[in-house]
Amino acid sequence: MEIKEILQRLDAPLGVSGHEEEIRAAISALFAEYCGEVRTDALGSVIGTLRCGRENAPVMMIEAHQDELGLMVSGITDEGSLRFLTIGGFDPKTLPGTEVTVHAEGGPLFGVIGATPPHLVKGPAKGPEISDMAVDIGFDKEKSERLVRVGDIITINTGFTELSGSAVAARCIDDRGGLAVVVRALELASRLKLGCDIVAVAAVQEELGLRGARTAAAGIEADAAIVIDVCHGTSPGVGDNAFPLGKGVVVSVGPNLHPKLTRGILDAAKESGLDVQIDVDGGDTGTDAWEVQVAGTGVPTALLSVPLRYMHADYEVGDANDMETAARLIAAYILGFKGGEQLCY
Amino acid sequence: MELLNKLSRCFSPSGREDKIRELIKAEVEPYVTDVYTDAMGSLICRRAGKGKRLMLAAHIDEIGFMVTHIEDSGFLRFINVGGVSAFNCLNRAVEFENGAVGVISYENEEKPASAGLAKMYIDIGARDRAEAESKVRIGDMAVYKGEFSVMGGRVTGKALDDRVGCYALIEGLKTAKDCPNELFTVFTVQEELGLRGAKTAAYAVEPDMGFAIDVSMTGDTPESSFASLSLGKGPGLKLKDASFIANPSARDFMLGAARSAGIPYQLEAAAYGGTDAGAINLSRTGVPAAAISIPTRYIHSPQEVADIDDIENTAALVAKMIETAL
Amino acid sequence: MLLKELCSLCAPSGCEDEARRFIIEKIRAEVPEAEITVDTMGGVIAHKRGEGKKVMVAAHIDEVGFIVSGFTDDGFVRFKTVGGIMTTVLVSKKVLLGEKKVPGIIGSKAVHLQSREERKKPASMKELYIDIGAKDKAEAEKLLSLGDYGVFAGEYTEFGDGLVKSRALDDRAGCAVMLELMKKTYKNDMYFAFTVQEEVGLRGAIIAARRIEPDLALVLEGTTCNDVHGAKPHQTVTKLGGGAVMTAMDSAAVSDRRYFEMIKEVAEREGIPLQIKRTGAGGTDAGSIQRSGAGVKTAVLAVPCRYIHSPVSVMSKRDLESLGRLAEAVLREIERREF
Repeated sequence: MEIKEILQRLDAPLGVSGHEEEIRAAISALFAEYCGEVRTDALGSVIGTLRCGRENAPVMMIEAHQDELGLMVSGITDEGSLRFLTIGGFDPKTLPGTEVTVHAEGGPLFGVIGATPPHLVKGPAKGPEISDMAVDIGFDKEKSERLVRVGDIITINTGFTELSGSAVAARCIDDRGGLAVVVRALELASRLKLGCDIVAVAAVQEELGLRGARTAAAGIEADAAIVIDVCHGTSPGVGDNAFPLGKGVVVSVGPNLHPKLTRGILDAAKESGLDVQIDVDGGDTGTDAWEVQVAGTGVPTALLSVPLRYMHADYEVGDANDMETAARLIAAYILGFKGGEQLCY
Repeated sequence: MELLNKLSRCFSPSGREDKIRELIKAEVEPYVTDVYTDAMGSLICRRAGKGKRLMLAAHIDEIGFMVTHIEDSGFLRFINVGGVSAFNCLNRAVEFENGAVGVISYENEEKPASAGLAKMYIDIGARDRAEAESKVRIGDMAVYKGEFSVMGGRVTGKALDDRVGCYALIEGLKTAKDCPNELFTVFTVQEELGLRGAKTAAYAVEPDMGFAIDVSMTGDTPESSFASLSLGKGPGLKLKDASFIANPSARDFMLGAARSAGIPYQLEAAAYGGTDAGAINLSRTGVPAAAISIPTRYIHSPQEVADIDDIENTAALVAKMIETAL
Repeated sequence: MLLKELCSLCAPSGCEDEARRFIIEKIRAEVPEAEITVDTMGGVIAHKRGEGKKVMVAAHIDEVGFIVSGFTDDGFVRFKTVGGIMTTVLVSKKVLLGEKKVPGIIGSKAVHLQSREERKKPASMKELYIDIGAKDKAEAEKLLSLGDYGVFAGEYTEFGDGLVKSRALDDRAGCAVMLELMKKTYKNDMYFAFTVQEEVGLRGAIIAARRIEPDLALVLEGTTCNDVHGAKPHQTVTKLGGGAVMTAMDSAAVSDRRYFEMIKEVAEREGIPLQIKRTGAGGTDAGSIQRSGAGVKTAVLAVPCRYIHSPVSVMSKRDLESLGRLAEAVLREIERREF
């Protein structure tokens, strides 16, 4: 399957942290195409196993998170609009003038987050604040109270959009892009003669603090793990700590990552002629790798990232070719993965 | 409200919960199969049942103060134990475990608004260091000296966070008619320091589902900032705070119990705060979890306010949850 | 549905071709007796001959939008706004650029990379750009040219209690009402002016009014409505669902006193809900028409729009219906009354 096709299949299903039912079903179906066993853990993370057939084979975990940012209804105003709080790290600047869907018990409701028109703005403009915003669903208080409950999830309406060349714009390529890499890597690996079992993980609640990866990794006890997430892409005004799109996958180095595993991945990239960029992190990478590394008695962990512009905005922009490169790199490394001595210090 | 009065007045800062543990143990022992205290000090009560493992937790610790230095003049310097607000503690009375009383004030070169705890001290009435040391030693803890009073249908006192939760859990345990689950009611320690007691307790209990019974702030006072809950409208069924997001199965379980017992409830989503549900949720390979909130005003002050009907309704909800098979 | 079709047209001020083509076709098909003129700025004037007073009814076909002002070496598109758009509604929105409707995303620095101060400030135009996915300037220039226009992406959507969400309700709502009004028969000499470039300074109406030299004018608009969370009662301007809106005074024009009172009377008599706009901010084509030639008695009737000039302006279908009924009743009253 082409990366763009996988991305498109993963675009429509919603998966706000803690409410990942739709994306869970979609990713389970995709995993099932390559994995003999697919299960869901207590928090909702999807875990698929592709066995190599050998007894006591080492286990390589490849992981990306399935959840996305969203909003949650916290109250109803006198006008009948919905107060909300954020699930995950939103930029309030992205919200005014946005179309949303309120996932109410009786069915989805259309709504908008309004914005004060220029005619009514006096004095210097001030940055928007979530506490001043509300979702307008076009009903009065009484009707809104009948239709909507505190705790209902709100999502931003967007649509998968192909841009010029291999660039794509969509909601939450963080981390549907990572999931697409996992699925594509599974597809590539399923055609290889492997020396290890692959456990593919689509973790929940990353945006709330790496929660799903922690419990999933605790249950899997893998011999090594490759986490796939996104990193910042370069754009006007964004040069530091950012990587250009279309120039390959980013491999992180630093205390969070296992040096030998990472070295092996870089060597595999060189042998296969795949483009990589190096990111250096002095500590917490802010990704599931941070939890996976210390799960159970510890898991040697590597981190691959796909450059992404406008992370956590309504539309994020990434490059399908970078994701393909990441998948190929994972498959190339896994082909030679034997565990044991290979990763000993 | 006699039991709540006793619970509220009991001295129990985080890490020094011995007194209240004994008090609660005596209350619940007749209603459980076995009780033990874990290494952290949490009281783990099991009522045998054939079904899955249900964990209900309320924390027994409260915020407080720890003495770090005694001045030659007899004043005490201190640090906070848990979330103490400099504004709330100014010129307030505190009490040590041995009954010694003090008043918190500040270096008055500072404006009270900007005086952090480092610029504050406790005056225990000592004339000098020697007198102070005869009552208090470095490392001793104090808690607010709050009066417990019934104000019509509402109560005020210190540490209603989370003594009202403990009360509801004890009363629920006493009144539940049967117990289809393997039930663990856990009175956790050190919640105020970061959900610490619940973390180790959940690890030991390995529940199939868990709930915290705790307090949550209201948005019903004059010009208050927004919050989902109001006093007197029933327990809050908490779907999110900064520490957890309710798993759908846990949400449905508590909603189902409230509805089938006809207990009034409010749904709650909070941007801030944390409860033991967060620790239970992430235990081992993950546990579906949520929280029941008793609406409470002026949390972490010496005079918190809660509604008696809300407290009793929470106890009834706890009883119903105990009676409901997972 | 007519309003839906009108809202799907892209016509930022200065590039109203799509709207103009649609409106001319519509008039030819449904009001064949009207004589159509296109003026030098691209405004459309449809004349239905009659015996009495010369009446000008006006609605503008343009909308706020964007114009491509440059390309960066790495293929991003620099742009300017056309008309009044708050930068607060730009970040992260999808836009369509040029005749080929090339999709792009308005990009800005990710929240993680913003300093504490940056997070508090609203986005400024100089840090915003449109990302069309081009790898470099050459690739971008293959898709777009300097001066290409753009609009927000987004579909016409009905929701809530009889509400409509779309971009450009200001003033496709007025256009929709006017296209319906045109189908009726009048005694007066009627000019229906679909004006351009209202959003950049009420400009199309200047030349349209000079051409027509009307005795009387009625402007149909979409207007501000701020009856939303956070607004104090005196800040609401108008109420959604409260009926058609009449302006007593805004920054561009004061309504003619007798005309204003007459419209109130008509609304009351016909039982049509009417509210008076409660702010002096904003301006309409009435400003240009009123001071054209020796002066023209002018009134403005409008439909309230929440979040006007944003990608998600919202209006009530009931208010649109009130506006249509009231406008027709007013045109009838003008046939009977002298001023």
